[in-house]
Amino acid sequence: MGTFHHDKGELHGITVVVVTDGPELFVGRCDTITAKQVVLLDVEAHVEGENASSRQEYLQRVSMVGQRGEIPRVVVPTERVRSLQRLAELEIP
Amino acid sequence: MPYDPQLVAPMREELTRLGVQELTTAAAVDEWIAENDSPGLLIINSVCGCAAGQARPAVALALQHAARPARVATVFAGQDVEATAQARSHFAEFPPSSPSMVMFKNGEIVHFLPRHRIESRSAQEIAQELTEAFQKHCVTA
Repeated sequence: MGTFHHDKGELHGITVVVVTDGPELFVGRCDTITAKQVVLLDVEAHVEGENASSRQEYLQRVSMVGQRGEIPRVVVPTERVRSLQRLAELEIP
Repeated sequence: MPYDPQLVAPMREELTRLGVQELTTAAAVDEWIAENDSPGLLIINSVCGCAAGQARPAVALALQHAARPARVATVFAGQDVEATAQARSHFAEFPPSSPSMVMFKNGEIVHFLPRHRIESRSAQEIAQELTEAFQKHCVTA
């Protein structure tokens, strides 16, 4: 029992990691994925070179405890997405 | 804005019919946390079908296990706003997450199950993680 949105795609509501073609990486709840963009909600961003932790350190932490939803909504253009996967399935080398 | 109480009622009952104590005020949360003489499981309930729809049945399965916490309580995120905020203040080192589950023992957090480790799993898989935590931290009834 719960609130479902079956028209939103299989990753709707699922926490995902979006790696971009730049230094930014986003962790948030997937809202929609279209041919043009990925929309994430309750998002935490990691910017390689700007954050105190390295990308690997950040991913190790976020895979344990989840993200802080500091940014309500982020839209990532599809051409900037290098990878998108469920946080729960993230394998950190 | 809190959810419609009528929408939320069946989701509350999925836990309360198991004997889970509802904490609806900040004072009730503090009192429950302070009673740390035995292990306790706190469930952050949620309307989210993607995750909470499996979380509540998982709790039902896990509580059938011989080793289980003597105290099990819940706050409802998005509904019992004050109680949820107060609960989260007791484990502020973890990002706010709903649904999620926190196990306390001797006033310490001994297990944290965040939303992303609930939403992708079946009730049986979530219950397995909970029962492993129960076996580690609770005395068999």
